[in-house]
Amino acid sequence: MSDPAAPLPTTPPDAPPPHRPPLSEVFLAFVQVSVSGLGGALPWARRMIVERKRWMTAEEFNEAFALSQFLPGPNTVNFSVVFGQRFGGAPGAFVAMAGLMGPPLIIVTILAVLYAQYGDLETLGRILKGIAAAAAGLLIAVVAKMAAPLFTVRWNSGPVIAILAFIGVAIMQWPLPYVFLVLSPISVALAWFKR
Amino acid sequence: MNNDSPLLTLFGYFAMLSLFAVGGANAAIPEMHRVAVEVMGWMTDRQFADMFAISQLSPGPNVIIVTLIGYHVAGFTGAAVATAAMIGPTCMMAFFVTRFWDRFKHARWRIAVQAGLVPVSLGLIGASAFVLARAADNTVMAGILTAATVVVAFFSRINPLWLFAAGGALGLTGWL
Repeated sequence: MSDPAAPLPTTPPDAPPPHRPPLSEVFLAFVQVSVSGLGGALPWARRMIVERKRWMTAEEFNEAFALSQFLPGPNTVNFSVVFGQRFGGAPGAFVAMAGLMGPPLIIVTILAVLYAQYGDLETLGRILKGIAAAAAGLLIAVVAKMAAPLFTVRWNSGPVIAILAFIGVAIMQWPLPYVFLVLSPISVALAWFKR
Repeated sequence: MNNDSPLLTLFGYFAMLSLFAVGGANAAIPEMHRVAVEVMGWMTDRQFADMFAISQLSPGPNVIIVTLIGYHVAGFTGAAVATAAMIGPTCMMAFFVTRFWDRFKHARWRIAVQAGLVPVSLGLIGASAFVLARAADNTVMAGILTAATVVVAFFSRINPLWLFAAGGALGLTGWL
């Protein structure tokens, strides 16, 4: 029914990415993302990969990032593996992950040594106490921003599940694996039957 | 478990934990706190809060807090072992799942799994915020600082560095 000569509306889905970036470029890009990202590397990863390098469209980036969030483990690290795998298989995944983790590992190891040496200093303790209080507040704000869409949609099971997970881990102090293994199947089942 | 060498304990524990850290490292903070402070007695509440603060000051992924815990428990080897255990298994998983993920892009089970995990990880990250605030806010002024940070961070897009600087300055000058 379709005319074989008709022009394709978009690029075919199986088309390879326009160009495969060399591994060294991928490594350096992730090094740059890791050193600029403070309090979450996501915005920097998007800027680098979608806007500057144009290795992915915004949509591809969102999909890859959704996958990275859904998988267990640190989101940004997962993203580096997902991205690297698509662009260069196992070596690509390794290089992207190493670029992302390398500089922070070096920096944090130096900080760990310094803390072991000077952690008992009263001055340092006071500074860290202030930073810890601010960091806790920052995380509460992140949670509030994440929760907003969940609580504004018409009635759904989301808030109930979120509150149960919170009570189990924060108030009852049950081990995370137990809470997770009980609540996740219920939550997924509710999502399955919704509609 | 206490009879094992600390390295084995670190490795086994973080490798297991990583598989339940849906929502990232921040979702696993209470569990790290529970084990490091209460079960294993590796550190005090205060030291845990300090390490979280240091991990927030460092660039890069938040997961880096496990490097600090590992170093505290068993030096450089501990840092390397804890970090590898926390990211190794999940990197493998990400690598293999990516390869068939696209095929199930529109499958109903995949959409249900993804939607179902969102509220769970939200509750877990909320619990992290609670545990951290409890560890950090042992004075009224510290609690007020946390509350003020929530308001500023929620209503503006300020760089977190400024909030840390303000918190550090208030702590240094003895306000907290």
